[in-house]
Amino acid sequence: MSEQDQSNEQQKLVLTNVSKTFGTNTVLNNLDLSVPAGKSLVVIGGSGTGKSVMLKCILGLLEPDTGSILIDGQESVKADPKVRGDFMKKFGMLFQGAALFDSLKIWENVAFGLIHGQGMDKKQAKAIAIEKIIAVGLKPEVAELFPAELSGGMQKRVGLARAVATSPEIIFFDEPTTGLDPIMADVINDLIVEQVQGLGATALSITHDMASARKIADYVAMIFEGQIIWKGRVEDLDHSGNPYVEQFIHGRADGPITRRVA
Amino acid sequence: MTTSATQPDQQTQKKTGPIDWGLDFFALIGGGILNFLAAVGRLGGFAGRSVMHCFSPPFYPSQFMRQLTDIGYYSLPVVGMTALFTGMVLALQSYTGFTRFNAESAIAGVVVLSITRELSPVLAGLMVAGRVGAAIAAEIGTMRVTEQIDALRTLSVNPFKYLIAPRVIAATLTLPILVLVGDIIGVYGGYLVSVNSLGFSAASYLTQTWDVVTRMDIVSGLWKAGVFGFIVAIMGCYHGFNSARGAQGVGAATTNAVVSSSILILIFNYLLTQIFFS
Repeated sequence: MSEQDQSNEQQKLVLTNVSKTFGTNTVLNNLDLSVPAGKSLVVIGGSGTGKSVMLKCILGLLEPDTGSILIDGQESVKADPKVRGDFMKKFGMLFQGAALFDSLKIWENVAFGLIHGQGMDKKQAKAIAIEKIIAVGLKPEVAELFPAELSGGMQKRVGLARAVATSPEIIFFDEPTTGLDPIMADVINDLIVEQVQGLGATALSITHDMASARKIADYVAMIFEGQIIWKGRVEDLDHSGNPYVEQFIHGRADGPITRRVA
Repeated sequence: MTTSATQPDQQTQKKTGPIDWGLDFFALIGGGILNFLAAVGRLGGFAGRSVMHCFSPPFYPSQFMRQLTDIGYYSLPVVGMTALFTGMVLALQSYTGFTRFNAESAIAGVVVLSITRELSPVLAGLMVAGRVGAAIAAEIGTMRVTEQIDALRTLSVNPFKYLIAPRVIAATLTLPILVLVGDIIGVYGGYLVSVNSLGFSAASYLTQTWDVVTRMDIVSGLWKAGVFGFIVAIMGCYHGFNSARGAQGVGAATTNAVVSSSILILIFNYLLTQIFFS
């Protein structure tokens, strides 16, 4: 039913038969996934199941071996640099460790995409950057500090401000709450929902934090051994009928997902 | 049953035969050569791509100015000190050797030719490889490990243009200037020792220096310096850009950058000397 709901909606992002192998290790194995426009899809799954590789393939940081990735109906696999550049202008990304540029001040980090990606005037970009810094709950004085002077939670907020500064159409979140205390994680989740809804953007997140998934998702998909094994509305997560999903969301050691210890 | 029990023994005997050892040995050498050629290919591709991005927009002047300061200005003390003491030692060593043949008058010439042709460019190159090459590899390696390079790409900025090109251009342009300063300081070091300790007349030392040195001696050193600057920046960027994960990966990238650029400087010094003076 949920898949039918999705198929009726316009798809912003469609992955079909995407595979990626490193040496003899197949990380993505004919993966299919679609993200409806204006919705938030969260991909859950354990470590090493291919979540990050999938995200990097969509972002063009890795080239899939086979398969198709359509962004607004346009093929992005093996796209020429100009087309890839156009795709990049639609994207915003919050990295797991925030990935702020150490040598730049906070406002320069937030304004980076505006200045260098969009060619905006520095003064105007700084004004927007400070606006975004305030929007993620930081004081404007933070703008003049360097990333090393901020806590992990503050860095995540700055990373979020940078991800939304260019008003992207699609925002990616890589483990947005990893390494944060539960309260700060919830604050970041609220900010993500607020910013994504404010922009009317499509969001694709990867996480293994179920509280985060429940808070920010319209749809949830589960990845296992490089394939999407279940997807549905977030409301259906607790009665998915899928033993893999049930084991994962309840964090049980017993079940079809086994962890080999070398 | 008997057959299956004896087969492994026969296989073991076969494997340890002299012919198999020989084949293993050649396979090892062949594998090593293939790996080396693959590494050269990767490095060549990286260098070619870097050069291409040096000449195509967009350019990042603020990044270039920052690198110019980091690579050029902050290397000045270490290059200057190296040149000064090298010139001083050269004058002393030449004096102790040349007095045996009553050839003290050649000291000024030996100092200026050694400094401008060889010692200033090579030592400056090696010092900059240690100081700047390591810093470039560590900075870019850390950016790789902390996903800052991926972040650049997602912000529509090409890391080759933003990170690599400014460093390559700055190092290639500043090393000749550093070497020119090193030439002057090195010759002055020889002058200081010769005039103050060895009893040379200041005027005759300077005259002999001026008479011996030609434009080619200085220009060849500056060309070498440009090539060495390029090598230091490319090796630092290459190893940093391809750094493995973790602190160990960045550490290895830094070591590899310094070692490989130092070796390449020595190899290219020979090749360039052959081209300029053969």
